[in-house]
Amino acid sequence: MPDAGFPANPQFSEILVPKDRYYDFCRTIKTSPDLFFDYLISLTAVDWNDHFMIVCHITSTRYRHTLVVKTRLEGREELSVKSISDLWKTAEYHEREVFDLFGIRFLNHPDLRRLFLEDDYGYPLRKDFTDETRMIIK
Amino acid sequence: MQEETVKNMILGEDDDYVVNMGPQHPSTHGVLRFEVSLYGETIRKVVPHCGYIHRGIEKMCERDTYPQIIHLTDRMDYLSAHMNNEAVCLCVEKALGVEIPERVTCIRTILDELNRIASHQLWWCAMGMDMGALTTFFYGLRDRERILDIFEESFGSRLLHSYNTPGGLMHDIHPGFRKRIVDFIRYFRKKLPEYDQLLTDNVIFRERTEGIGVLSLEDAIQYGVTGPSGRASGFSCDIRKIEPYGAYRKVSFHEVLRTEGDTLARYKVRIAEMYESMHILEQLVDQIPEGDYSAKMKAVIRVPAGEFFQRVETARGELGVYIVSDGNKTPYRIKFRTPNFSNLFVISKLAPGHKIADLVAISGSLDLVIPDIDR
Repeated sequence: MPDAGFPANPQFSEILVPKDRYYDFCRTIKTSPDLFFDYLISLTAVDWNDHFMIVCHITSTRYRHTLVVKTRLEGREELSVKSISDLWKTAEYHEREVFDLFGIRFLNHPDLRRLFLEDDYGYPLRKDFTDETRMIIK
Repeated sequence: MQEETVKNMILGEDDDYVVNMGPQHPSTHGVLRFEVSLYGETIRKVVPHCGYIHRGIEKMCERDTYPQIIHLTDRMDYLSAHMNNEAVCLCVEKALGVEIPERVTCIRTILDELNRIASHQLWWCAMGMDMGALTTFFYGLRDRERILDIFEESFGSRLLHSYNTPGGLMHDIHPGFRKRIVDFIRYFRKKLPEYDQLLTDNVIFRERTEGIGVLSLEDAIQYGVTGPSGRASGFSCDIRKIEPYGAYRKVSFHEVLRTEGDTLARYKVRIAEMYESMHILEQLVDQIPEGDYSAKMKAVIRVPAGEFFQRVETARGELGVYIVSDGNKTPYRIKFRTPNFSNLFVISKLAPGHKIADLVAISGSLDLVIPDIDR
């Protein structure tokens, strides 16, 4: 994969995959018998103001190695990325949480509804979220 | 099309009878609602609805300094408060590269195991009570009280201790700490066999748990079910063994594994874990080293820019803390990968095909703490 990046991370191996290759990459590392990343620990997102980063911590129960897979979503509106919930079932619920709190849509997701909050609530984990009645804004 | 699918998922088939279990049902141990589609008394589909106690802890953490965050983590899984504190502390200490005194790691591990026993005791009480055996509740709480007394004597609080702080402990342990634990182990070694006599060997209990809600190893890994629930399906997921932290490198203990994966197996794993925890306590309690109760820390803790991840085994499974720092005194983003979040959703896989009364047994054996799901 020539267009992948390897950001420095002292703890785990880390790989930054382009958005359109993200699903295929995840499928490869899950199904390849030499890698066998079968257990998704966590899936989350980080708001970096000009872009969002999807961060997955994936480990192998057979070889005990861990990989951090990242993908970058540019912009702030109409964000979407392909869902990996058919590879790891637990991703379905982590993705619902990310959709709920960040407003990132996951394509091909079987049940993309908000998990915690009401439908008309904003996306509270975005850095530009404000709620004058419930937050103390410094 | 999309809307229609969602509607079907909520309401079930046409001839199904849909019942809400919760949000105030006693067996959910918190505010959680199961939407259950029934055909007669047989469950067709279970859809969990959460968010009733969502407090936005991750958002609050972005505002608070690292010592302040410790107090919020108590409120996630309140029965594993000490392990939650420790996870954040270990993550911050790893980021700062601080050397922690031996005394601190030893005391932390002792408290981990005490907290694990206390949590499993409460689970045992509640599990029996959910299934109609009220006696277990009194037996379990009687023994749990002794651990809470140890906590109260040393940290002044019984449930949400916030005793850890980045770099060490808030203050030193009570002089009677060691003797109290030795007394407790001697006491509880005699009492734990009573648990088996009361509930494990009870015919009604066995009828209701054996072969109910069988979780296969593949599904446990797919759904990310960790902790005793995962280990009952043969998923070797004990972080104390995989990535040892604290004093777990120095002690010998077994990772309890079973292969049946049913409700009774999940029950037996927790009972066996209480024996293992006592075994760990016995090894450590006489070897608490002398020294400082905290490393020298700066007054304002600034974690260097970067990303840090720490996994810890709580009483319910794997807790992951993911801190993204930009070098400030507050984290840029913090994510808690909580064990109950992943453990909850497997219920929609386990329950269908069983009777509605079995749903209570299955959710009891998963040992859910709702504030940990919602955060």
